[in-house]
Amino acid sequence: MALLDPDDSKTASGSEQSRSETGAMDNHPAPLTPADKFARLAGVGVLILGVVGAFLYLGGWFSPHQLTPAKFVDEFQQVDGIHSGFRRNHAKGVGVRGFFESNGNGARFSKALVFQTGRVPVIGRFSIPGGNPFAVDSATTVHALGLQFTMANGEEWRTAMIDLPVFPFPTPQAFFENLAASAPDPQTHKPDPQKMAAFIGSHPEFLEAIKIVKSHAPPSAFDNSPYFGLNTYLLTDASGKITAVRWWFNPSRPFVAADMGAGNEPDKNYLFDGLIASVHQHPLQWHLMLVIGQPGDRTDDPNIMWPEGREQVDAGTLTIDTVESEETSAARDINFDPLVLPAGIGPSDDPFLSARSAIYSQSFTRRAGEKKTPSAITPAEVQK
Amino acid sequence: MSDRVTPDPQKFAGSMRFFHWLMAAMVLTMLGIGVAMVVSLGDYHRLVSIHRPLGILILITVVIRFVNRRLHRVPPLPATMSPQERFVAHASEILLYSLLFLQPLVGWAMLSAARYPIVMFGSVHLFPILPHDVMLYAFLRKAHTFLAYLLFLAFVGHFGAVAFHTLVLRDGLLSRMLPGRDRAH
Repeated sequence: MALLDPDDSKTASGSEQSRSETGAMDNHPAPLTPADKFARLAGVGVLILGVVGAFLYLGGWFSPHQLTPAKFVDEFQQVDGIHSGFRRNHAKGVGVRGFFESNGNGARFSKALVFQTGRVPVIGRFSIPGGNPFAVDSATTVHALGLQFTMANGEEWRTAMIDLPVFPFPTPQAFFENLAASAPDPQTHKPDPQKMAAFIGSHPEFLEAIKIVKSHAPPSAFDNSPYFGLNTYLLTDASGKITAVRWWFNPSRPFVAADMGAGNEPDKNYLFDGLIASVHQHPLQWHLMLVIGQPGDRTDDPNIMWPEGREQVDAGTLTIDTVESEETSAARDINFDPLVLPAGIGPSDDPFLSARSAIYSQSFTRRAGEKKTPSAITPAEVQK
Repeated sequence: MSDRVTPDPQKFAGSMRFFHWLMAAMVLTMLGIGVAMVVSLGDYHRLVSIHRPLGILILITVVIRFVNRRLHRVPPLPATMSPQERFVAHASEILLYSLLFLQPLVGWAMLSAARYPIVMFGSVHLFPILPHDVMLYAFLRKAHTFLAYLLFLAFVGHFGAVAFHTLVLRDGLLSRMLPGRDRAH
């Protein structure tokens, strides 16, 4: 920086104007030898480099292999492409509205307003996984539900759930590796089976989880699916007592197993059309079940199920009475970030919670600025 | 003998020095948290939970600091500085103050447009200052990154200039912002 010429000191230090006001500054230092001056300039340079280096270090510039939210979302885009304005995962969905009626039972564990007896409005979104907003519905696809509860004081609780009782991956890293293994090969445009085999070989816990999932018949529709929060949260009651819980939404509709028989080709949107018809016919209901953790239950790994027989508390009823296309639903522009929580519900040490929050945020930011294009489930379709 | 009661005219007033160093600590923490959290998975939530209330604290502090500055006399720059240098010093001060005010405000506005609850602590949260508009969010989110880098560069310039004055010119510029009195009258 050439803005300060040290030679100026000789001429300006004696000026009258400065004398009058700057008594303490006329104490000018002895001139520097060229070597000393060079050393001091180098010192300034080292200080600046140190500050810039620390900033770059914190920003991950020196650890290019670190898994970041951007890399995660890039990988989703690798698998399913970029679809302007859509979520990078769970791209296909519809918005819903309704309310949650708390029966007050949850207040035993949490001071959150949502657990006090009363009703709060809910906006939600049913979806299926994957980054393709025009994916074809199938009997084996996972059903997902995102919910946003808005409390009277403006606090919000958001949760994003799926109908699997256990998450197939123990860590975000394992999830990422699975995603990378399912990305299409640039040559064949198909996933490389060897990569997936290698992933399964190195992740026995994935196979264990898939075994548990396969041992239950999948539900036939969105309206008779249970939805599991999977991650563990810590509830805090009015006295400050902390309880580890997992939650799930238990459907009022009787369970019907999906028809896995081949042959009859269902419509590509049959799951969503079924949901729309069902909501038009009668409001849908689920009971919010809080599964109360015991000491020793794993709070940090959604890949490990809690033992059978844990106390389950029915905290109230979710009612869904309106369904909308994404084009008109407020749900499209909501990020169902699992760490948007009211006071009284907090994260556990499960690393997925922070990772999901970071990745959802990255996906949300990318799609927010894109042109919004029509959904598979159009406004006309939800009128049917 | 009047040393005890008369503030040193060469120094910033005690309250100004206090706000300066408080702000320096907060802003450096904030820049570090900001640049780390956007690449973090495991620490993202912890960092965001500090980032939001700290940003609002900076916004409040910069307003108080600005008012406090108007209430006090600003000590002169070293007499050795040329008019051009004075201009640069003055302009960089305006830039820094503007960024310190604008950056948290853009952060608040961007969360408002995305309809994220702006949680400070516990159940305390701020009201949104913009309507729910994700296109607006996307623009403000980019602006927040741009302003963060600009703020960092302005800080590096400020830090580098003071280091140069202190180590090479040795003109007493930094002593105006340091505690205590280092020269007798």
